[in-house]
Amino acid sequence: MSDLLIIGAGPAGLSAAIAAAEEGLSVTVIDEFPKAGGRLLGQLHQEPNGEWWNGIQKGEQLSQRAHQLGVTIQCEVSVYDISQSKNGWEVYTTRGEYKAEKLLLATGATESPIPVKGWTLPGVMTIGAAQIMGNVHRVKPGNSCIIIGANVLSMAIANELKLCGVNVKEIIIPKADITSNEAGNPEQVLSSLMRLTHLAPTPILRQLGKIGKMVHPKIAIRLFPKKGIRMFDIPLRLKTAALEIVGDRFATGVRTVNIKANGEIDHTSEKVVDADFVCIAGGLTPLSELASIIGCSFKYIPELGGHVPVHNEQMQTNIPGLYVAGNITGIESAKVAMAQGRVAGLAIAADITNDWEQMETSINKAIENVNITRDKALIQFHPGISDARKKFYQKSEVNLTQISKIKKREA
Amino acid sequence: MTMRVECHPVLGNLENQRRITIYYDDQAYQAYEGDTIASAMMAEGVKTLRYHEVSGKGRGVYCNIGHCFECRVCVNEEKIVRACLTPVSEGMRIHSLS
Ligand SMILES: Cc1cc2nc3c(=O)[nH]c(=O)nc-3n(C[C@H](O)[C@H](O)[C@H](O)COP(=O)(O)OP(=O)(O)OC[C@H]3O[C@@H](n4cnc5c(N)ncnc54)[C@H](O)[C@@H]3O)c2cc1C
Ligand code: FES
Repeated sequence: MSDLLIIGAGPAGLSAAIAAAEEGLSVTVIDEFPKAGGRLLGQLHQEPNGEWWNGIQKGEQLSQRAHQLGVTIQCEVSVYDISQSKNGWEVYTTRGEYKAEKLLLATGATESPIPVKGWTLPGVMTIGAAQIMGNVHRVKPGNSCIIIGANVLSMAIANELKLCGVNVKEIIIPKADITSNEAGNPEQVLSSLMRLTHLAPTPILRQLGKIGKMVHPKIAIRLFPKKGIRMFDIPLRLKTAALEIVGDRFATGVRTVNIKANGEIDHTSEKVVDADFVCIAGGLTPLSELASIIGCSFKYIPELGGHVPVHNEQMQTNIPGLYVAGNITGIESAKVAMAQGRVAGLAIAADITNDWEQMETSINKAIENVNITRDKALIQFHPGISDARKKFYQKSEVNLTQISKIKKREA
Repeated sequence: MTMRVECHPVLGNLENQRRITIYYDDQAYQAYEGDTIASAMMAEGVKTLRYHEVSGKGRGVYCNIGHCFECRVCVNEEKIVRACLTPVSEGMRIHSLS
């Protein structure tokens, strides 16, 4: 039995493992992917100073540090159930049962689907699937592709696919309907791109960010050229919609159509654009099933990408002994996930030793670092994350001092 | 035709990869050690991994990280696994489901 079991060896889980092990805890990390690092592994973008954020390297550095501290990391282990016992937690996996006193869920995010007609054809995949195929496995899903869904992730990955030698023919948006929601409305897509930070990882996004401060999206989308604008030499076409992915045994292209600023379709412009594979980019949402199995409370916060387990700034959930960190608490970049992981690791160490006072300074410093990292983040998946977080934590039903008071009384 | 990204301007070149042989529906394919079943088949240009139980239509990799279960295959005639989470091994026998 370990002091701490962490589900998810992504940036949050590994950083929590490092922080907790540095405080002397015995820590086990399990993950179902064959390699530790989580979604960090696929990441590759250029920072404003020109340096590359190389996720594979970052992941290796984190795993190495964790190993040095005696953390056990086990891959290819899938968790499918969890129950709380008198002494802590029992976690049921494809490789048997794990027991631990404290549990941290760091399961990250998942991609939201956009069920475009034809999306079950082989050769249609999520944008993240193509990223991992190219950057992690070093395999191109095909020589040419079309991306359906214009958001910060699809724009970053379009360039990564290009670096892998893929001809990215265009980034377009899905046809407006009840499943595509805002992703199918040109004005709303442009508006959300324009609300992105001025620090965004591509020059065009940075420009859109600047323009967004001066021009209303309603006007900007009217001025947006029908042919699109070029980003990394890839056409971004917010006035072209995907009607259907075509192909007999596998995807061979997309039937597209021109649309007006309000999403209205010009049927005379219908045509089929050929491609070897098609990516769907529906955005990210927290992967929180395990927290709901346990009975954690949830709150819906659109700025954080959907339903998130209720937790406080110390990463405690409303269930004693259960912690969360990283994208399960809201969609943000890997650097924020790492900073949150550190907070969780320290808070769990304080919880186990029942010495919150001793740890208070370092926990507060770690929380401060989360806020600083968040404000400096290059990739902001949704506008308004900082404010939404502040509001959420102010109202949080999970009050650390209360928990520690209860603990002291019990002792 | 292989779809390997042998050279990459930032991530560098693939070097010293150990080749192994796997069998998909009784046909031999080359894979690299460290591949998942999904990446090995994709590298060989095989996109269809199974056939839908009712419609009989092909299905392949969708999420590539274990979330969607679209990539189910049968390994060594005993286990159903997600191709995108399962590393290949020498002589592995993989069968599509239908
Ligand atoms: C497909 C995809 C691509 C992304 N690309 C980018 C990008 O390019 N740039 C960027 O800034 N952000 C990207 N993100 C956002 C990303 O979530 C964060 O950057 C960061 O990786 C989150 O860290 P984390 O530790 O919270 O979760 P993750 O890095 O997602 O790690 C979670 C880990 O938990 C494991 N896990 C989940 N459920 C189980 C289970 N039941 N049993 C066992 N293991 C489990 C997973 O296998 C995974 O390794 C991407 C997210 C996704 C889903
Ligand atoms: S492709 Fe989604 S689980 Fe394998």
